[in-house]
Amino acid sequence: MPILEFKNVSKVYNNITKALTDISFSVYEGEFVSIIGPSGSGKSTILRCINRLVDVTQGSIIFDGHDINKADKKEIRQVRKKAGMIFQHYNLVDRLSVIENVLHGRLGYKSVMSGVIGHYTEEEKEKAFQILAMLGLTEQAYKRCDELSGGQKQRVGIARSLMQEPRLILCDEPIASLDPSSSKIIMDHLSDINETMKITCIANLHQVDVALKYAKRIIGITAGQIVYDGPPEKLTRSKIYEIYQSDEGELITDVK
Amino acid sequence: MSSKQMDKTTEKAPRPNNQTSVFVQRKRTFTLAFLGVAALFVVSAVVTNYEIIGGLESIPKAVIWMAQHFVPNAKAWSRLPYILSKLVETALVSVAVTVCAAICAFFFSLLGTKTTRTAPWIARIVRIIAAFFRNVPDVVWAILLLFSFGQNILTGFFALFFSTFGMLTRTFIETIDEVSASCVEALYATGATSLQTVFNGVIPSSLPEIVSWVLYMIETNIRSSTLIGILTATGIGYLFDLYYKRMDYSSASLVVISIVILVIAIEILSNKIRKVIM
Amino acid sequence: MSELDIAGQPPVSLDIVKYMRKTRGGKIKTATKSKSNRAIKITLFVLLALTIYGFLTFDYKNVDIAKAMAGTWNNVKVLFGQPKLTYGTWGGSLKALFVTFSLGALATIFGAIIAFFGSLLCAKNIANPYVANITKSFVAFIRAVPTILWVLIFTVAAGLGSVAAVIGLTFHSAGYLIKAYAESIEEMDEGTIEALKASGASFWQIVFQAILPSSISRMTAWTFLRFEINFTNALAVGAAAGVGGIGFDLYMAGNHYFDLRELGYITYIVVAAVILLEMIATKIKATVR
Repeated sequence: MPILEFKNVSKVYNNITKALTDISFSVYEGEFVSIIGPSGSGKSTILRCINRLVDVTQGSIIFDGHDINKADKKEIRQVRKKAGMIFQHYNLVDRLSVIENVLHGRLGYKSVMSGVIGHYTEEEKEKAFQILAMLGLTEQAYKRCDELSGGQKQRVGIARSLMQEPRLILCDEPIASLDPSSSKIIMDHLSDINETMKITCIANLHQVDVALKYAKRIIGITAGQIVYDGPPEKLTRSKIYEIYQSDEGELITDVK
Repeated sequence: MSSKQMDKTTEKAPRPNNQTSVFVQRKRTFTLAFLGVAALFVVSAVVTNYEIIGGLESIPKAVIWMAQHFVPNAKAWSRLPYILSKLVETALVSVAVTVCAAICAFFFSLLGTKTTRTAPWIARIVRIIAAFFRNVPDVVWAILLLFSFGQNILTGFFALFFSTFGMLTRTFIETIDEVSASCVEALYATGATSLQTVFNGVIPSSLPEIVSWVLYMIETNIRSSTLIGILTATGIGYLFDLYYKRMDYSSASLVVISIVILVIAIEILSNKIRKVIM
Repeated sequence: MSELDIAGQPPVSLDIVKYMRKTRGGKIKTATKSKSNRAIKITLFVLLALTIYGFLTFDYKNVDIAKAMAGTWNNVKVLFGQPKLTYGTWGGSLKALFVTFSLGALATIFGAIIAFFGSLLCAKNIANPYVANITKSFVAFIRAVPTILWVLIFTVAAGLGSVAAVIGLTFHSAGYLIKAYAESIEEMDEGTIEALKASGASFWQIVFQAILPSSISRMTAWTFLRFEINFTNALAVGAAAGVGGIGFDLYMAGNHYFDLRELGYITYIVVAAVILLEMIATKIKATVR
């Protein structure tokens, strides 16, 4: 049984802008899927539909046995804590310490009040330190996040999502703001997490070469539609060209 | 090849033309703006019976007058303790008003920001209410409150409260939306509730800006409370008005000097605090 | 019970423990030891303490707060619910509004002219640091005196009337705009000034060829913002110093005729004018950019 299933999903923003049209695919436990496509093609929207940061207009998404669209508030929380997310701009609370940001990953598990006052158990704090150690950040634990480099910030982002004990990690352009060497570190960590912890990964990537190197499966998306879904080896040059060049096609249809 | 050349020439030809037209247009805009301001000036001067020469002459006159009469004398110094007590009272009112208004405005602005994902109509109502309180001048509140509260410290308090509340609500909404939008998204993505997100994301990331605005409003309110004081016969404003109407300009000058020292001291202190917290 | 065992994680090893900071109770700390967080806490604590101290020591003169609140609420209902002119006329109010508007406009124009030259003296990237500091201190002094006091002082020196009001308002406008303009100038690209200096341009050439064109839009935006402030200040000064305009009408309606309905009517006119000004300012700011 797939861990995640998209069934004919469409998304229209403000009744005009079509972001996704009739998207269907399934992801199985332990897969490393990379979604590639030009900017504005709907990659981010796909990820944000999975944890209901964005509501879909049509179709259904099943994740971990929940029908996301029909989920009530409580169920959405349930879904979100099982799906970690990391962002292009890291989206950390810059003025808090690294360890506090990592502990934010536990908020989904807490009662409202203990989350509000920021009460975490010793077990949770030790866990946070273990995760930081794994990512090579123990020395930074008490630093404020705005003192870190981009690569370090992204590792904090990964740590926060691991703290959620997720079944799935959604990566929205995780390396788009990083230099090549930091990018490699981040991708290696993600791939490691995927292999040793068996956590499913879905990563939006801008760089085709990175996607080809790390992913076990590629989904190519153009103007809100899937144009390729398969292993990286079968992704031909002409297919890549189709994914990225269809920019022009989109322009032409816009003019019409 | 020839078509390419054609392209190049057609591409290049309009450029100088364009550039001159930009310059001409800019010049025209400047001339129009200048004429507009000049016309506004003339009309305003006529409407208000403003004498330009009289105005210029009055400045040296005022300086001489101030040097002669607007200086504290012995009698004024003997009033210093009383003046200071009123000054402290005014400062405390300004702080209390700003703090109370800021607390209310903060919770109110949470309903108006995108970060808490409240319904759009609620956010809209919040903005309208804030605009209402911001745009009704504090003078109106002061006169209105005078009816029921009389010459009381609370008259000044509430008069400043309403406009501060309106002003801070708008500012807080803008600050929170600007500063914490990104981390808020991440916190919701972990499964945090709105209240948890506010306390773990919104407050830590926007607090420095908020404190900075509160300090700024305290400065502003000290100045405003002088004016409100004159209208409602309370605080340091009243004291100035009293001496001024009695033509005891020495004592009035001491009031002004004490206000200046207080305001500058608060400004310096606020700037120091801002430097550390930002 | 513990959900925290992710497969294959070793128990906490000693070299991690070494990095943990503990509280006296032996719990692991999470917050940073940052100066800024402490400063925020202290500031908030002091402000709160001053507020409480203030409320405890204010002289309330035995006012019945509940009764006064209820009375005010009734008055608010009359003020905003039943606006009506008795003493003034519609045309008279409009004329008074225009006077207030003009007072604000004059003060803004004078203030902007003074501020333009003043800001050249104190923008960090072009001014002599010595001169800049002196100018800045002077400006800080000017701004520290409340507008109404400037107006009252000039009333004695120049007589009651528009001259006192405009000059009083101008002081503050100039002080405010000098600071704002200087910041606009400071935000401009370093290289432009340097390049012009290198090409041998004179000071005034640099001012009019580089500084003015690149910061004029920001300056315009600030000027309009100040105009809005000056309008409300002109209103306040009209009420408190009796220099005329619609502010004086407000004062007369409230403190002389004790007529809430008249006060309400004038308030509506004022609020409409303020909102209109804000809209125009937003429009102009948008086109300037």
